[in-house]
Amino acid sequence: MNTKKGQKGKDIFGKILGKYGIYVALILMVAVLAIITPSFFNTQNFINVLRQISIKAVMAIGVTIVIMTGGIDLSVGSVLALSAVIATSFSTSDNPHPLAISLLLGILVGLVCGAVNGFCVAWLKVAAFIATLAMTTAARGLAMIYTNGRPVINILPEYTNIGNGFVGAVPIPIIVMVVVIVIAVYLMEFTKYGRYIRAVGGNEQAALVSGINVKLIKFSAYAIAGATCAIAGILLSARTMTGQPASGEGYELDAIAAAVIGGASLSGGVGTISGTVVGMLILGVLTNGLDMLGVSSYYQQVIKGVIIVAAVLLDRKKHSNE
Amino acid sequence: MEEKEGKQMLLEIRHVRKEFPGVVALDDVSLEIFPGEVHALMGENGAGKSTLMKILAGIYKADAGEIIYKGEPLTVHNPKDSLEQGISIIHQELNMILDMTVEQNLFLGRELAGKTGVVKTKELVKRAQEQFDELGIAIRATDKIRDLSVAQMQMVEIVKATSYNADVIIMDEPTSAITDHEVDKLFEMIETLKRQNKAVIYISHKMDEIFKIADRITVLRDGKYIDSKPSSEFDHDSLVYCMVGRELKDMYPRDLKEEAAPVGQEIFSVKDLTREKEFHEITFQVDKGEILGIYGLMGAGRTELMETIFGLRRPDRGTIAVHGKEVQIQSPKSAIKNGIAFVSEDRKLFGLDLGASIRTNITIVYLKKILKLRHLLDFKKERKLVDEAVELLRIKTPSKEVRVNTLSGGNQQKVVLAKWLLGDPEVIIMDEPTRGIDVGAKAEIYKLMDKLASEGKAIIMISSEMPELMGMSDRVLVLHEGALTGEFKRAEFSQEAILASAIK
Repeated sequence: MNTKKGQKGKDIFGKILGKYGIYVALILMVAVLAIITPSFFNTQNFINVLRQISIKAVMAIGVTIVIMTGGIDLSVGSVLALSAVIATSFSTSDNPHPLAISLLLGILVGLVCGAVNGFCVAWLKVAAFIATLAMTTAARGLAMIYTNGRPVINILPEYTNIGNGFVGAVPIPIIVMVVVIVIAVYLMEFTKYGRYIRAVGGNEQAALVSGINVKLIKFSAYAIAGATCAIAGILLSARTMTGQPASGEGYELDAIAAAVIGGASLSGGVGTISGTVVGMLILGVLTNGLDMLGVSSYYQQVIKGVIIVAAVLLDRKKHSNE
Repeated sequence: MEEKEGKQMLLEIRHVRKEFPGVVALDDVSLEIFPGEVHALMGENGAGKSTLMKILAGIYKADAGEIIYKGEPLTVHNPKDSLEQGISIIHQELNMILDMTVEQNLFLGRELAGKTGVVKTKELVKRAQEQFDELGIAIRATDKIRDLSVAQMQMVEIVKATSYNADVIIMDEPTSAITDHEVDKLFEMIETLKRQNKAVIYISHKMDEIFKIADRITVLRDGKYIDSKPSSEFDHDSLVYCMVGRELKDMYPRDLKEEAAPVGQEIFSVKDLTREKEFHEITFQVDKGEILGIYGLMGAGRTELMETIFGLRRPDRGTIAVHGKEVQIQSPKSAIKNGIAFVSEDRKLFGLDLGASIRTNITIVYLKKILKLRHLLDFKKERKLVDEAVELLRIKTPSKEVRVNTLSGGNQQKVVLAKWLLGDPEVIIMDEPTRGIDVGAKAEIYKLMDKLASEGKAIIMISSEMPELMGMSDRVLVLHEGALTGEFKRAEFSQEAILASAIK
């Protein structure tokens, strides 16, 4: 009788873990860190973590949308840098313009880069991996050419305020992140567009036969990803008060990791914005906690790798439970 | 040990049971296979045939029961085990590496290599070619699989399965994609295997094949053993009764009607439609309330023609008209706007998003029916429409949220129909609407087609199955090498005449 009861308890635990796996994992992680590091569990540190992840989270949301179409975007780090140097260059003390101009220009650059990716993938039928790999090097090169390899400095305070300012007690980057999350969740869960993105990623041929303009949907996903990179680029350059042409390197891996930890499938059709945000939180909390524990960043990279594989295995358990 | 006609039993399956989460796939199933016999395994989809075969092939493990093979208990852990023991299987789905050659696929996993590990390609090509030549199959061993037609791929699979020198060869729907000519070849191969005293376990939904080739028939239903008799003791009706557990009267509801009554009001027509290399100067019309059957052998251009009408391909010449008015169809989207629906022959590739739910699959085509403010999803309305569709089509499912790949073939096809019927299209193209689905679901789909026609829809049905074609169509057009070679009204239907214009 006892063993049977124990078995049942285990089943229920397994089911909960299966269904809410990454949320449970996040809560467990927070709980453990709260116990072993006294300075972890307080509002200020939480705000720190959120501010740290805000830039990559914005970008990861765009990447998630692309991944849901069955594609991939490797160019996000480079597009971030190109958008950042162009946006900052219109907000320096040598070249002052209204803030809106530099922000719009930055976002436009991101959109155009994303659109080129989307055009190559949707119409020219270049594999997404290749097309965005090409954009990775091209956009980085353009950022270097534009700045002559030197960072953009002497940025106007109104611009840097975006990265360092507050509304009330909340840092602006966190507010930007929350706004992007809300818009993306709304788009993906409650609109026709979100349904079409999933349909294209789930079965492209069937989506075509169902009368969906598959090319346009794919194109738009890359364009959106480009725009989110630009927003991330603006946040990063404002926060660091420089437009670095070399910035954003390796960000694509964190964005993809967050999406995958959050349950997105690289073959498309499956994934959620909220999953990706939690994935990013897991990575952020982990980094923050391990930093506080004094674990070297070399070890942190190994741990991150283990977490990614563990998350995918957990996700598979969820699907086998269904 | 049991004996029959002096032969020892080759394979005996005793009281096998297999459960999957939520379903009992096999419940106390037994089967006896003798050497030199063709043993047909019959049953509706979901009856457990494939599950049983997958246990034999080492893909699944039985929960209970035992298998005796050549007098010894059989234990297999994976497909390689069972092959080595002499059990070979041709799966329903093609399992080939498209970018490898025919020869490389044929010898995959048992390549002939010299001492240094270098594969003796020349020798293997020669051996492979010999096998095809012997059978008179026009396939070159050096061709890439990707360049073959589906029928040719299927033949490669069949040759591969028989080339292992296995004692038991399982064929799971081997003829679903091949032409009559190749079916004859397959039957010749099976006769040869019989003479070599090997056993063939044959799974098919095609009754005429079963009666032609099988010595013995075992019927499963809902995972249970129902009956096993020499095939001469079954006839078509008693076999169907055995499979579905009820009599299927009126399989073809259209058969029962007097000279059917399309009122001659044209809804859809094409004129001189041409795609070089595929079809030429195709002209026909479909009337309100008519079911137009289209027949043709594999490669006659039927599917290409339908895909062109639906905007998946662009015509080189010719026009398409709806209600007598010429329309431009550039994409499936514009076809749908013009009231055309397309139930594809390949529901896995073109019909469904297998990993998505029944609900989202059903509403994806006419999503605008559930939109507020043109872009926002109205989930309440969606659930209501999906509930109605599931009820109308009698889709058997525990919930509308389950992924469609958990459904049986017949229910998947119903989901495809549901998604098209949601938009109330005027012209419905159905390419092999009952391929690979069981008798019960077939009858339901026929009933539905009849109902749709009587509601005034124009239906274009491509079918390779003669009974279905003649049972359901009001008129039949025949395609041969891309040209229309025959037109038959219901009163003129004859299997011989239709076939004659398809192969002339």
